[in-house]
Amino acid sequence: MDFIFFLEVLAGGLLAGVMYALVALGFVLIYKASGVFNFAQGAMVFFAALTYASLLKLGMPWWGALVATLAVMVVLGVAIERVVLRPLVNQPPITLFMATIGLTFVLEGLSQLVWGTQPHNLELGVSDVPMESLSRATGINISQFELFAAGVAGILVAVLAVFFQYTRVGRALRAVADDHQAALAVGIPLQHIWAIVWAVAGFVALVAGLLWGARTGVQYALTFIALKALPVLILGGFESILGAIVGGLIIGATEKLAEVYLGPMVGGGIESWFAYVVALLFLLVRPEGLFGEKHIDRV
Amino acid sequence: MLYREAGQFRSSYAEDQQIFPIRQDRIGIALLLVVAFIVVPLVGNQYWLSAILTPFLILALAALGLNILTGYAGQLSLGTAAFMAVGAFMAYNFVLRMPWLGAIPSFILAGLCAAAVGFVFGLPSLRIKGFYLAVATLACQFFVLWVIQRWGWITNYSTSGVITAQTIVLFGYPIATPAAKYLFTLSIVAVLALAAKNLMRSETGRAFMAVRDMDVAASVIGIPMMKTKLLAFAISSFYCGVAGALYTYTYLGTVEPEAFTLDLSFRVLFMIIIGGIGSILGSFLGAAFITLFPIFLNVFSGWLSHLTGQDISHAVISNLEVIIFGGLIIFFLIVEPNGLARLWQIAKEKLRLWPFPH
Repeated sequence: MDFIFFLEVLAGGLLAGVMYALVALGFVLIYKASGVFNFAQGAMVFFAALTYASLLKLGMPWWGALVATLAVMVVLGVAIERVVLRPLVNQPPITLFMATIGLTFVLEGLSQLVWGTQPHNLELGVSDVPMESLSRATGINISQFELFAAGVAGILVAVLAVFFQYTRVGRALRAVADDHQAALAVGIPLQHIWAIVWAVAGFVALVAGLLWGARTGVQYALTFIALKALPVLILGGFESILGAIVGGLIIGATEKLAEVYLGPMVGGGIESWFAYVVALLFLLVRPEGLFGEKHIDRV
Repeated sequence: MLYREAGQFRSSYAEDQQIFPIRQDRIGIALLLVVAFIVVPLVGNQYWLSAILTPFLILALAALGLNILTGYAGQLSLGTAAFMAVGAFMAYNFVLRMPWLGAIPSFILAGLCAAAVGFVFGLPSLRIKGFYLAVATLACQFFVLWVIQRWGWITNYSTSGVITAQTIVLFGYPIATPAAKYLFTLSIVAVLALAAKNLMRSETGRAFMAVRDMDVAASVIGIPMMKTKLLAFAISSFYCGVAGALYTYTYLGTVEPEAFTLDLSFRVLFMIIIGGIGSILGSFLGAAFITLFPIFLNVFSGWLSHLTGQDISHAVISNLEVIIFGGLIIFFLIVEPNGLARLWQIAKEKLRLWPFPH
């Protein structure tokens, strides 16, 4: 029985890790293409989820709300590129990082100003109950919703991989990620590319926002999931989509296992920092994360 | 006309290396100190002293600490509030458990405790760089607060984790009135700011800057990387720790661990960004801006609702405040990425040539 409990905890952790990975994906996309560490990703997730939930409440059908929210996120991405990033070209990374913290404040204030501070419930049609067929067959309880989330994440990663690998824009994105100057030299319009990346990150934020919103309710606390995604990010490496997924799985699993087996020994509540310490220990061995690019310093 | 160094000759090395080589600067600093130490406590009312000036000074000290680490040594840290928390709670314990020690030694010891924590969490910086390090310092932020909340000894087993600062007595004189608290804070901040200014002109400070500008090059010319980085973490945390102790003892009075959340770390980070990275003056300017800005905005929205005759709801105001705050940060970064200190520098250069700029 103990082993089954262990498996349950492990599976729960892995699936929770997928949820973290979804948020981390948004970070990776933007970091890859523009070298910006976008702290506002959490606020974008919140903004997307709140917009969708509020539109639903206004009586829109779900597909209408989805399209409208997606449009809003794309406009937002383009606007961010135009207003914030373009004037800050060639600034040091810390300046851009600070600008995205400023952006976080703007987005948080804006979304609550427009849609109010009321928390919303979000129904995606998949309830958070153990999957019956699986628990009957093996005795392991795994949430149906989490499996659904994992499926969505899988599809999302596949779509992104195809987009990056086989489309014209995707190739341009990879070229920009590789070397800004060289990409410019072969005639790739950097500014368009950045607008597209932010729009794609907005789309990823929408997916993450819907899943997280359905899980925990659409409320202000959603902005803090960015903090959950950060250890995933440094563990997997800032530049790697695969890293975000693998990092998410590792963090999710160790966090849950530690919470269950280690937590009672030290008084509980360790989930606030445990992921960071795990990521930190990994970094001591591999300073660029698991799949991050190795940087060679030259004087 | 008024501000230029023409005619001020330096005839010895000591004069050449003094901290403020221009006479007008020396007069200006002296005037500023006189105003701060004598005029302000005489004319300032209780609200200004205890709700604006004291927190401004304390946050300026924390910003100074972060500026040493981020601005001078180039290590981005998001754990400032944690170091402040260590200082605050250790000062409480030193005053509580060793009352014979006196306030100042307790604060210094609390600062040293924060420095020790900073030293430990600075160790990853030897291996990890850039944003990876910034995220790693978040570990410190969450871990330290968790320890404070879990370990009853630190909060003297108070059930809610809230501690109440004891009244500190200095040379038989209790620091209880707003003016006394202000003066006490001001003295400590002034001494530490002077120390920081001098430190940055010394070999250590120059080593910090070399590491910031390019750590590989710095180690090639023989700057010990480990010693320099860890020293930067320790000194920075010491400043933050003392700031945290002051935050408890002269500003808030009662403090819970939740007072030192990530939000505070970000606020201090904003201060050095807006004030100017790698500038002592910038820490003060940034702290002044961040402390005064919400108050100004509050007053302004009060006027606005008075003017239009409409009640603007509190939620709208607080959201607007957040938006304007974030927008201003972006605006500042775009317009003047080097911060307010740079504006001051430009003003001084203009002043030197005034009124005949050609």
